[in-house]
Amino acid sequence: MLLLRYIIWMKGRVVTKEGKRNPADLFFLMLTAIASCSILFLTAGILIVLVKSSSLAINTFGFFHFIVSQEWNPVAEVFGAASTLYGTLVTTTLSLFFAIPIAIGIAIFVTEVAPASVKTPISMAIELLAAIPSIIYGMWGLFTLAPLMSNHIEPFLQSTLGTLPFFSVLMEGTPMGIDLLTASVILSIMIIPFTASIARDSFELTPSFVKESAYGLGATKWDVIKNVVMPYSKLGIFGGIVLSMGRALGETMAVAFVLGNKHEITSSLLDAAATITVSLANEFAEADSDLYLSSLFYLALVLFLMSFVTLAIAKLLLLRAERRYSR
Amino acid sequence: MNARQKRKIENIIALSLSTAAAGFGIFWLLFIVSDVLMHGVAGFSAALFLSDPVPAGVEGGGLRNAFVGQLMIISVAALIGVPVGLLGGTFLAEYARGRQIARIISVLADIMVSVPSIIIGTFVYAILVKPLGHFSGWAGSTALAMIMIPVVLRTTEDMLTLVPWTLREAAFALGAPYYKVIFQVVYRGAATGILTGILLSIARVVGETAPLLFTSFNNAFFSVDMNGPMPSLTVSIFQYAMGPYDDWHAQAWAAAFVITLAILVVTVVSRMIIQWRYKK
Repeated sequence: MLLLRYIIWMKGRVVTKEGKRNPADLFFLMLTAIASCSILFLTAGILIVLVKSSSLAINTFGFFHFIVSQEWNPVAEVFGAASTLYGTLVTTTLSLFFAIPIAIGIAIFVTEVAPASVKTPISMAIELLAAIPSIIYGMWGLFTLAPLMSNHIEPFLQSTLGTLPFFSVLMEGTPMGIDLLTASVILSIMIIPFTASIARDSFELTPSFVKESAYGLGATKWDVIKNVVMPYSKLGIFGGIVLSMGRALGETMAVAFVLGNKHEITSSLLDAAATITVSLANEFAEADSDLYLSSLFYLALVLFLMSFVTLAIAKLLLLRAERRYSR
Repeated sequence: MNARQKRKIENIIALSLSTAAAGFGIFWLLFIVSDVLMHGVAGFSAALFLSDPVPAGVEGGGLRNAFVGQLMIISVAALIGVPVGLLGGTFLAEYARGRQIARIISVLADIMVSVPSIIIGTFVYAILVKPLGHFSGWAGSTALAMIMIPVVLRTTEDMLTLVPWTLREAAFALGAPYYKVIFQVVYRGAATGILTGILLSIARVVGETAPLLFTSFNNAFFSVDMNGPMPSLTVSIFQYAMGPYDDWHAQAWAAAFVITLAILVVTVVSRMIIQWRYKK
């Protein structure tokens, strides 16, 4: 409606001196308007098609029951999303837990510590790390990281952390390398560059005269970072973290190799599991019954809504941060 | 120890920690890249590019079909995605500049850039694969184009906004209609930026696997028929790496090496162009 009103308004404006509309200009205006509306069609289309395709599963299982039911049995045609949701949430949370401190450390190093000659190559390296496709991370995880985890890191964690009261539950089982922990580590390596570059951009928004005033009072570099830069850029950093969370929720190939696609909720981090994305990647092309396929569409719908809301929140935070500092 | 010394020590600890974090990040980059390089070069051979896959378990063979399939899927995706994104970005930055509709579409495009690519795959499966009853290269290209459109649209919008408004006013004053101003003044001023944006968007979709898994699917044979299942490098890597044969693993590494190299080269070149053009 907004668009229609706008086009009508625009038609009135695109007139030549003689009072006639310039037809070529009007044509180009329409063309570009339609092209930009492809984004609206795409978003609405995804939502409508996913809802329509999953209507069979929605009618059969309902919303609440689907979310809390653990059973995923293609033979008996009983489907519930709880185990995959659990896997998605655990890998996302753990990877953020690993990635955030490192990413912020990198951002501090690049903006405040590094001399100019080191700054550019490191920024470049971080950007390159972000450009490597996720399937490379996944494959590297399967062939290099998983053996490393199962032979060295996980036994070590079991013999140290595993003896403590709470952590023993998380470290149960035989370390195979194909598990929640390995998947989270790969995911965190993937989102570190992304988080770091947003944090760096937010840090750089701090006006230098504010920092210089703090230095003038005798503050050390860390004092300035902690008391001036951090409070100044916290909105942007928070937005960046939420954005990384949105990315981590929907990451497929990086975790598909090392998660094992096992539909079960396990308390141990050293056990195979499944995320929504991994189930889709492994089962979508093979789903043979209508209800099975419809349930997979339902999973996709849940994932779409989750990541869309997360990304929208992130975008609003980043917009607010931008607006606040541009004043 | 007085407060000043304490602050100094805190300062040293905190800064060393952040340096260590940066070193840790670089360590992973070098680890992954060197690992891909080592295994990739080991699996490298002329046969990789020149011959098609042989039946599972038999030695030899290559991924010629996947290279050709990948190129075709990406080219068609770019043919759809680039013009739509470019025109859409033009609307936002020119005709609708500063209006609410432009802001809404721009924010929505930013969100769509990060929406999980596997969702796009399920969407295209529902609209193109299921109704037609078979996987096809066209479906794969459509899925990749849908990923490209928001990326190209946003970079175009940003690059056009960088062109000074006074330039357009100068052209308006000569009596040029808006579309001529856009073609002859705005596009020329932003050409390098738009081109790098397009390059980066192609680099982004070259590595996409998830949206191809159930759109273009895979094909063990050489095929240039976009109406049937098409092989692609990324899906082949997934299949080969998950398979049980050492020979497959070596080829998957080599293919991964080629893809990584291509993406890194395109990314580095685009960044250098941007630096050369805008940072002076």
